[in-house]
Amino acid sequence: MADFNQELDASGLNCPLPILRAKKTLNGMEAGEVLHVIATDPGSVKDFDAFSKQTGNELMESKEDGGKFHFMIKKS
Amino acid sequence: MDEKKLAIIATKGSLDWAYPPFILASTASALGYETQIFFTFYGLQLLKKKLELQVTPLGNPGMPMPMGMDKWFPILGMTLPGMQGMMTKMMKQKMKDKGVASVEELRELCQEAEVKLIACQMTVDLFDMDSSQFIDGVEYAGAAAFFEFAGESDICLYI
Repeated sequence: MADFNQELDASGLNCPLPILRAKKTLNGMEAGEVLHVIATDPGSVKDFDAFSKQTGNELMESKEDGGKFHFMIKKS
Repeated sequence: MDEKKLAIIATKGSLDWAYPPFILASTASALGYETQIFFTFYGLQLLKKKLELQVTPLGNPGMPMPMGMDKWFPILGMTLPGMQGMMTKMMKQKMKDKGVASVEELRELCQEAEVKLIACQMTVDLFDMDSSQFIDGVEYAGAAAFFEFAGESDICLYI
């Protein structure tokens, strides 16, 4: 997994909390920095894809590993 | 790119129906939408400082019941005193177990994200409600004010 600047563990949280927490964390980050989000909500896969397309923050990686979903988001 | 706009009318005042307006408004804000929710009739309950929202299976055959209760309790059983309180408690516990945010939390997130919350002045008067019952930051307006924003919105929802 690539390097990241901050990590957000949204395990156990359901829609829309993983997105809202991610947005809040990104607000406090610099452009170009990478946020690693961990989630267990299966709906978050499509949601983070949509979040990235609509906000312009690049979704560099999206994968499942051992029942958890990992997202790498680069702040635009 | 111009900021997109979302206008919502919230008309319902039960625990289950409190979710759609606050979930959609908070998410829209995270996506960069400018958002307003216009609360009218029973939707005004969602603006109270102390939320006392309840859920009921009465008149709602689509509501899944825990432990097959619908098979053991005929619908009349649901009218017994205390039944609504019990159903509400069970629903809240279920939501907590599944990591679903509380209505209070989602409402706070909306306010943090500067979602504009507007109470319909006419229904506030109709129900003899008072602005002191509502959370801070609520604005009061009528139908014409709603259209001023909704007319320019990209998405407009009636909930």
